[in-house]
Amino acid sequence: MLQFIIRRLAGAVVTLFLIGAATFFLFVAAPSDYASLACGRDCSAARLEDIREALGLNLPIAQQFWQFMSGIVTGRDFPDGHCAAPCLGQSFHSGDMVWDTIIDRFPTTLTLTAGGAICFLVIGVGAGMLAAYRRGSMLDKVATGASMVLSSFQIYFLGPIVLVIFVYSTGLMEDPKYTPITEDPVAWFIGMSIPVVVMATIFTAQYTRMARAAMIEQLAEEHVRTARAKGMSKKYVFFRYAWRGSMIPIVTVLGIDISSMLGGAVVTEITFSLQGIGRLAVEGAGSKDLPLTMGVMMFGAFFILMVNILTDIAYAYIDPRVRLS
Amino acid sequence: MSDNLTLPAQKGSTDTSKETLLEVKGLTKHFPIYGGFPIKRKVGAVQAVDGVDLTVGVGESVGLVGESGCGKSTTGRLITRLLEPTAGKITYLGKDITRASRRQLAPVRSEIQMIFQDPYSSLNPRQTVGTIIKSPMEVNGIEPEGGREKKVRELLELVGLNPEHYNRFPHEFSGGQRQRIGVARALALNPKLIVADEPVSALDVSIQAQVVNLLQKVQQELGIAFLFIAHDLAIVRHFSQRVAVMYLGKVVEVGDRDSIYNRPRHPYTHALLSAVPEVAIDDEAEDRERIRLYGDVPSPISPPSGCRFRTRCWKAQDKCASEEPPLVQISGNRDGHLTACHFPEDPTTEARAEDVVLDPALKALEKDAAGESGPKVTKG
Amino acid sequence: MTTLTKTEDAPAPSGSESFLSVRDLRVQFSTEDGIVKAVDGLSFDVERGKTLGIVGESGSGKSVTNLTILGLHNPRTSTIDGEILLDGKELVTATEKELEQLRGNKMAMIFQDPLTALSPYYTVGRQLSEPYMKHKGASKKEAKDRAIQMLEKVGIPQPKVRFDDYPHQFSGGMRQRAMIAMSLMCDPDLLIADEPTTALDVTVQAQILDLLKDLQQEFGSAIIFITHDLGVISHMADDLLVMYAGRAVERGSVKEVLHEPKHPYTWGLLSSMPRLDGDIHEMLTPIPGTPPSLLNPPTGCRFHPRCAFTGEVMGTLCTDTRPPLADGRASACHLTAEQKQTIFIDKIQPRLR
Repeated sequence: MLQFIIRRLAGAVVTLFLIGAATFFLFVAAPSDYASLACGRDCSAARLEDIREALGLNLPIAQQFWQFMSGIVTGRDFPDGHCAAPCLGQSFHSGDMVWDTIIDRFPTTLTLTAGGAICFLVIGVGAGMLAAYRRGSMLDKVATGASMVLSSFQIYFLGPIVLVIFVYSTGLMEDPKYTPITEDPVAWFIGMSIPVVVMATIFTAQYTRMARAAMIEQLAEEHVRTARAKGMSKKYVFFRYAWRGSMIPIVTVLGIDISSMLGGAVVTEITFSLQGIGRLAVEGAGSKDLPLTMGVMMFGAFFILMVNILTDIAYAYIDPRVRLS
Repeated sequence: MSDNLTLPAQKGSTDTSKETLLEVKGLTKHFPIYGGFPIKRKVGAVQAVDGVDLTVGVGESVGLVGESGCGKSTTGRLITRLLEPTAGKITYLGKDITRASRRQLAPVRSEIQMIFQDPYSSLNPRQTVGTIIKSPMEVNGIEPEGGREKKVRELLELVGLNPEHYNRFPHEFSGGQRQRIGVARALALNPKLIVADEPVSALDVSIQAQVVNLLQKVQQELGIAFLFIAHDLAIVRHFSQRVAVMYLGKVVEVGDRDSIYNRPRHPYTHALLSAVPEVAIDDEAEDRERIRLYGDVPSPISPPSGCRFRTRCWKAQDKCASEEPPLVQISGNRDGHLTACHFPEDPTTEARAEDVVLDPALKALEKDAAGESGPKVTKG
Repeated sequence: MTTLTKTEDAPAPSGSESFLSVRDLRVQFSTEDGIVKAVDGLSFDVERGKTLGIVGESGSGKSVTNLTILGLHNPRTSTIDGEILLDGKELVTATEKELEQLRGNKMAMIFQDPLTALSPYYTVGRQLSEPYMKHKGASKKEAKDRAIQMLEKVGIPQPKVRFDDYPHQFSGGMRQRAMIAMSLMCDPDLLIADEPTTALDVTVQAQILDLLKDLQQEFGSAIIFITHDLGVISHMADDLLVMYAGRAVERGSVKEVLHEPKHPYTWGLLSSMPRLDGDIHEMLTPIPGTPPSLLNPPTGCRFHPRCAFTGEVMGTLCTDTRPPLADGRASACHLTAEQKQTIFIDKIQPRLR
């Protein structure tokens, strides 16, 4: 197992490097650059050259790339200060260190992700499994119907409706905003509740359907029937035998969802005007801010790779056939 | 189209009575296994087929029997060139086709056809029966007299299906009928050799006989040679003039039907025949020997040294581990009856003075039973 | 319904020795295409310590019958009628709780494919221990001891080590041995084996069949042995029930049914099978046609569309009247006893040489 993890971590480093390279060179290959954008309309060649030099864009591309990548490991020195080890460069636009900006924005995204994941698992998977357990009952029909309707909604549709109802017309709640949990946990909870609930509602419905389908599939497995033939109770068989196998598709999708949300829940963040990682990515790409874009990309990619490894470890935990081969 | 291919008899053929259609020498297929850290490399191989020699005469039907993992299906796929052999030589009508390119192979391919086990998955569900049977002719650019459609209708009739069903889809047919479609498709190119891989084992008992009879009719009336791969020894016996017994990638015994079934020499052949559950119609049917091996076939990834059967054999000695027995004609065997064994059994399948029971659990239970109630009464 | 629980001491209705008695069992499934009459008026008895073989092809209802005995059918889609008495206890009307007490305890099942029938997620040892702990109230330690003892009994080498292995670490034959060990954990009175060797190789099948037989002698369980293979059944069973399209068509002792079969379907099965000592020049005699759909089964005798002897029966009996199956040695066919004898001796027996 340890060897497996080491191997996967080594692979992740290589993959991360390749993602960095791909992003960097694609960005550089794009027709416009930040310098000419910043230089404005009446741009003299000399001024453009000054800007390029100030941003380090005058250096050969390979060297720029190397500076960025090595900065992640060793840190970098900029004219206006040192950038410590996981250095993702200095934003062209704001002049802030990209790492600091990301760390500043990350709690918002993390709150959305964690809140979402808890809802997916507890409400979504729970409802799905209950529906499968009582297959054909009223509860099953309600859960299936509701999840069908809800999962066809979109955040940018449901979000504004909820905002209009709870914030703008009734004033029951305030506009969603992020307050650090360390400052004021109550404000944190209230401020983030609408975005988390709206986003979770839609995804949760998908988890309900998926969990129900996975569970029903597992209940039809022969080994589940064998357990029943041994005289084990329906409940025992459900929670011991069928449950294990149904976790595999759920873990797969949960892994994908969590990793992509940690890299930024763009639509949710924009719908509720939250300052998360997703918005940062959109800002960076829109303003041709190379370090910012690279930073956000690498940050997101890191989570995707880490969650991937965690997913595989979860498989091994769930299924001994994975663990022992 | 069958007239232009009468070729002189083959040299080195083990079967002297017939012209050799197909000859396989030292056929080997190893599937590599990759693994290791940090760099993946070949760490081993599944030795699915390991040095198989086999001949099929013109119009002859040869049976290939053995248990799962013995390599019989892989052998069939190598001969039809669905798989590339690792080593060995396949000669078809005197022509070496082992490494033939796609283009060189084209004329031969149409003459060697295959029938698969699963009539449910081997037919494209989105194509009509007509299209399925016609497509080999289209691929090979063959335009039979009277057109392809007429030929398809003739073939449907030949295999016992209604020619009117030309435009139906596979799912509208039962398992047995689907296997007939598979047979019609194999016949579309007037093949000289059909490799039938477990053609009836997915079918119900009452349907199996229908398909076996159809194949037998095809074999006898059209003079097509068959390599009949199956695990059911009774069906193979019924269908094949010669039979090869495989174990863990090797042919352990080969010979004419009577030799294999009534005068087997290899202990594995004895064990295999003894294990076949036969309906005891007469009381004397219980005069067969009783051999009960222990455990399953070992992994083909690391097969036993020397004779591969030795780990389950009751006659094994040191020599069996150190020296691989060659496939030869043992004294007392008829011509063409070859056995790969250092210590062959007597050529009979009659009951022995004492049963061969290697299974420790069985031994223990039978000892208990015998101890309690005198002589053992498990037979019948 | 409540009164039924008090009938434990009541004697079995027919046959003093019959330990399991199935009477006029009907099982129907509702599917999207309509109602499948999977089992249609089936009656049979199993004697204590004896083996009843049930032979039939796919769709004959043999597996459905046995899942119904265990109460493992899907209650939402299936309708059950008739009586199943296990040691005097009515199972059709039994509650889920009551059935749970019996399953794995008084009656156990061995399934066809041990790879899919054992859970990949738990060790073999745990899966063996569970029913023993539940039914016998044994501690984990006691259950483990029993499991290791049973694994040893069925011939699994190093049972103490293998106890902690997962099913995928066993070979096919060893897995089926573990499955057998599991079914015998609580020393059941009735063992239902549904094609237990169909997924196995022939030399392994021979081991497992002999093992089952020897274990039966030791444990004294009654066995219902389901298979499509007449050869297997002729070695395993005392009595034989031949099923076709959801009905029993012939019954008797194995010897009677296989030596002197009286039903055209049994004749068909026997003459379509090649034998190791049969005449190689004789073509096989298949049963024409295909088994019927149970959505819309044939009227009268369900075998009549495939039967070669309907011409010898007066009028339209075969197409419109269901032939009855008497108790004991019997066949459900409209042919007269003399006709059956003459046809068998003149036309069928010569083919079986």
